[in-house]
Amino acid sequence: MEWMMAVAIGILFMTGVYLILSKSLLRMILGTSLLTHGVHLLLMTMAGLKTGAAPVLGNKAEAYVDPLPQALILTSIVISFGVTAFFLVLAYRAHQTLGTDDMDSMKGDES
Amino acid sequence: MSNLLVFPILIPLCTAVLLVILKEKILLQRIISTVSALFNIAVAIVLVSRIRADGIQTLHLGGWAPPYGIVFVGDMFAALLVLTAAVTSFGILLYSFGSIEAEREKAYYYVLFHFLLVGVYGSFLTGDIFNLFVFFEVLLISSYALISLGGTRLQLRESLKYLLINIVSSTLFVAAVAYLYAATGTLNMAHLSQRVAEAGQGGVLGVIAVLFLIVFSLKAGLFLFFWLPGSYSAPPSAVRSLFGALLTKVGLYAVLRTFTLIFIQDPGVTHTWIAWMAAAAMILGGLGAVAYNDIPRILNYNVIISVGFVAFGLAAANGDALNGAVFYLLHDMLSKGLLFILGGMMITIGGTDRLKDMGGLIKRYPLIGWMFFVLALAIVGIPPFSGFAGKVLLIRGGLDAGMLTLSLIGLGSSFLVLYSLIKIFRLAFWGDEPKGERSRVNLKGAAAVSAALLVLVIVMGTQAEWVYSYVSKAGDVLVHPALYIEAVMKE
Repeated sequence: MEWMMAVAIGILFMTGVYLILSKSLLRMILGTSLLTHGVHLLLMTMAGLKTGAAPVLGNKAEAYVDPLPQALILTSIVISFGVTAFFLVLAYRAHQTLGTDDMDSMKGDES
Repeated sequence: MSNLLVFPILIPLCTAVLLVILKEKILLQRIISTVSALFNIAVAIVLVSRIRADGIQTLHLGGWAPPYGIVFVGDMFAALLVLTAAVTSFGILLYSFGSIEAEREKAYYYVLFHFLLVGVYGSFLTGDIFNLFVFFEVLLISSYALISLGGTRLQLRESLKYLLINIVSSTLFVAAVAYLYAATGTLNMAHLSQRVAEAGQGGVLGVIAVLFLIVFSLKAGLFLFFWLPGSYSAPPSAVRSLFGALLTKVGLYAVLRTFTLIFIQDPGVTHTWIAWMAAAAMILGGLGAVAYNDIPRILNYNVIISVGFVAFGLAAANGDALNGAVFYLLHDMLSKGLLFILGGMMITIGGTDRLKDMGGLIKRYPLIGWMFFVLALAIVGIPPFSGFAGKVLLIRGGLDAGMLTLSLIGLGSSFLVLYSLIKIFRLAFWGDEPKGERSRVNLKGAAAVSAALLVLVIVMGTQAEWVYSYVSKAGDVLVHPALYIEAVMKE
């Protein structure tokens, strides 16, 4: 199970980094969100993968999954959604004002 | 247990939420912001005196004892930073009344301002590494909004870079937290310190330490800081001074905290890295400060120099050096805030940020000129002012630790700071005024604010011994992490 996750995380990271290194803004945004998803999977994997139990410890629970990483991932997902939304809006505004979504043609010294 | 710890976070949070409702009423927003900032200063003062009297304060949220619950910790280091940040941000708030356009004010400027403060104070006070990430994100997303607020072409372009570099470093932060949780099974900083000490810091923990170092120093502008001068130049001068005074300092606080509390078993690797990065930041920041000819960039490169200087204290890591780092950090917050305010006033009265187009300002605005001069001396570290004590402690600590080269680089960077600031003074205030009518701008309010902050800088220098009695308590916790661990884990 862990090796599958490792491969998936690797692919997400690889694609994310590749997209971030491209010049188009939209690709960069997709890249950052893939990167953060990879990190969330990493967080889950590193905390130990278990199947068949809820992250709740009741009196009669025989097995449970560590709830902490789930809470962490949830928080992190919320934050990354917020940041991605902001990034999208900013990119849209930049495209409107600067007339391009290519990072290279945004260079210049004007204010 | 002390509920006092949560107030520095609650006050700006509630203020920000309240101000969202009062979007159109700028006057009311200003009044509420001022009152809230004053409250914050008062709370911070009470907090500092409480810590001096009773030792480190902790707050277990929801009554969950560590290591299970989330904990807020106020040691002297964090409390002093909160106090200085509160004072500095109060000054910047007053300055922004006169300098931020009404459009930006209506576009939730004060709301974002207070959310930023939530993130800053929260990062200082939290005792949990994941909460540190969350508060970092709170302050970062406010700073994203503040940096792009207004939407000029320059701002949009620079905020895209700023956003990208911070998203990548935050992603690495979560990855580092994931590895750390896998390796130690805890997120509480005090507990982490114990676990890391038990396991020794070889192998995987060493890698995690380096990952944390990369993340925090990216945010502090210590490592790969090439985005910083451009991004911090884009927003209006009040926002610039907020960033210059507070944002990089939070990253520095995180570096200082993690590498004096958690990853202390194997200083050979990490602290050597820190030393190299400090040297690079001081040299390259110094060269940048000398090379450029517009005010925002020169000041931003000065921020990088001081980040390198504080990191040098951490690299030396003995009592004097850490005390010096704390002292210098406090001095730097206050004086960098003031420096950016004065820079902003000069841009306003000169009508441009290029030094070549200025000149002769001292005839019309002698007070601002001499305040800038005195502040420049304070930042360089001329004795009666506040930069001196911190620098002496840092250099003494560095020499004690056998870091002769780095100490010399530190002293040399002071000359570059002096040169760059005197260049501003010479070109902007002396010489002939360029032709053409300039309208006189009313800067009485801003000048009064800067004068008050300057008095604080001077008092901090002349009363250095009194300040040192607090700073040395902060340094104690950094030198002896056992104090921190005991305070958090005792119940």
